[in-house]
Amino acid sequence: MKSVYLQGVGVMAPGLCGWESSRAVLAGEAPCLNEPLPRLAPDLLPATERRRSSETVRLALTVAQEAMRQSRLPLDKVATVFASSDGDGQTLHHICEALASPERDVSPTRFHNSVHNAAAGYWSIATGSRLPSNSLCAYDVSFAAGLLDAVSQIVVEDETVLLVAFDLPFPEPLHAVRKVECGFAAAFVLAPRRDAHTLAEWEIALQKDGPPPILPDANAWASNPAARALPLLAMLAQKRSGTVRLDYLHDMRVVVKCST
Amino acid sequence: MQPLLITHFATANPLGLGAAATFEALAEARSGLRLNDFERAEINTWIGRVEGLENQPVIGELARYDCRNNRLAQLGLRQDGFEEAVRRARKKYGAARIAVLIGTSTSGILETELAYQRRQAGDGALPENFNYACTHNLFSVADFVARYLELEGASLTISTACSSSAKAFASAHRFIEAGWCDAAVVGGVDSLCLTTLHGFAALELLSERPCKPCDAARDGISIGEAAGFALLEKPDRAKSDCALLGYGESNDAYHMSSPHPQGEGAWLSMSKALACAGLKPSDIDYINLHGTATPANDSMEDRAVYRLFGAEAPCSSTKGWTGHSLGAAGITETIICLLCLKHDFIPGTLNLETPDAQLQSHIISANQERPIERVLTNSFGFGGNNCSLVLGLAE
Repeated sequence: MKSVYLQGVGVMAPGLCGWESSRAVLAGEAPCLNEPLPRLAPDLLPATERRRSSETVRLALTVAQEAMRQSRLPLDKVATVFASSDGDGQTLHHICEALASPERDVSPTRFHNSVHNAAAGYWSIATGSRLPSNSLCAYDVSFAAGLLDAVSQIVVEDETVLLVAFDLPFPEPLHAVRKVECGFAAAFVLAPRRDAHTLAEWEIALQKDGPPPILPDANAWASNPAARALPLLAMLAQKRSGTVRLDYLHDMRVVVKCST
Repeated sequence: MQPLLITHFATANPLGLGAAATFEALAEARSGLRLNDFERAEINTWIGRVEGLENQPVIGELARYDCRNNRLAQLGLRQDGFEEAVRRARKKYGAARIAVLIGTSTSGILETELAYQRRQAGDGALPENFNYACTHNLFSVADFVARYLELEGASLTISTACSSSAKAFASAHRFIEAGWCDAAVVGGVDSLCLTTLHGFAALELLSERPCKPCDAARDGISIGEAAGFALLEKPDRAKSDCALLGYGESNDAYHMSSPHPQGEGAWLSMSKALACAGLKPSDIDYINLHGTATPANDSMEDRAVYRLFGAEAPCSSTKGWTGHSLGAAGITETIICLLCLKHDFIPGTLNLETPDAQLQSHIISANQERPIERVLTNSFGFGGNNCSLVLGLAE
């Protein structure tokens, strides 16, 4: 069991546009409005980078920025872990289309945007942070994997870590083979120690054969790997203490005991 | 950090299959690069290609994972007695207590590239036998490796471009320390595909000749492919003559596809790796450079190395042998370093003819035989993502 301290949170999904305005929905006190994901333009990106960056990067950076603002920590003083199953589907689609054409002309900007660590790279450029960043994937359980990686960094390196989980739907024809139906992103600033701004304590354990997890509600969100963070967001919005079990691989669960 | 033992390792790379073939090519100064003959071979460049993948599909229960990248992973896992070593570790620790952390930049993207060439008339759908989750998705390779080795521990794919498989060592150390596992299989697999060949060509970063690291006339990389794996165990549970002594990770915070010109991020990752190992610069007997042979990389890396090590530590790039295997570069060069430690050998810089007079660090061109105990290897990726590892003989 390892303890970490939640210092800030961010969320962006259809009907969940930012943490403050989503709290009532996540707490079950207000209906979820079926509104599309807004057009995002995180203001910390310089204009040139904002133009070059993709929708996926802007989604990840929007929630990252929101969580950091709440934490009141300097942007360049936290390490980052970016967890995404599918990376940048739009960029990938354009590259594969280009490679299937006779000319095979790949745009250089699209190519560098295609790396899985694009969001981490843009974040580091925008914040000036030289602290370590990891970008990882574990398909549907990418969020749980990201949480394990972030927590190990917090407890072993004694560092504060910004964990960002994000995915967007693929365009066709890839959407037909990977059915993510809406965008979802969540960010958590997690610190090794409690301070006056701590929102909750999370005790994390990796357990085999725990009880089955409570999956997010069966709406469009549920298809998005990043939405596996929803039970944690809901518990926080309800200002409740309790245990969240996140499905991981091979009958393993990442168990998060939350106390506010 | 307390040294983490590297008890077994395995490699498949353009120099050959297994550690012995790899070391032989290093000692004989024989390159694994060839003129591009991949797919339609439209780009005039040289590549490091692993022989035989076309004839060695993934079959049986894991057949759905069949793709060039997982074939390469399979070929790597079959080298150097690695499967047997993992089997013993599985008995010792239990399948659920061994983590699998694998680095890749593009996984099985080639399958999607080929599927886009075979889209169905009318609706443009991808062919019915295309399996995204088991081939292209980045997790496919870690998932495949875990299943192939019958491991059931924590697992994930790290994808930070060309630092991916070096960073797998850092994450594995933390996973063991945090108690998520008792031992870990780490590694990296990246295979030839059109995205990287055409992407690097679009960025004008591909050489038309075999790459020439640190040369005055260097003009770009040669892309390679490779798979490599290592088994990491704690010293109180195993024995080995090699160990991970330290690691350092950083970001450039500069540009998506160009390194910081002064090598600020590179300097930081090397400094952190030394601090993590509790060593000073003069303790390092050899530096395996990232040394991609782009003008920008080799210049900035030289600045960073010179700032930290002066002109003392001999350094070289082995990319002229293997090419740049991107997400697998970290593990490939780590294994090269382990072979150097075992054989008291320092590789030169293959294809280096006219050293760039602007470079100040102690770059060596020819192979040397001399005792070494501690080495450092660099891996730097797009997005400015850097990782340095310190490896050494175990006490």
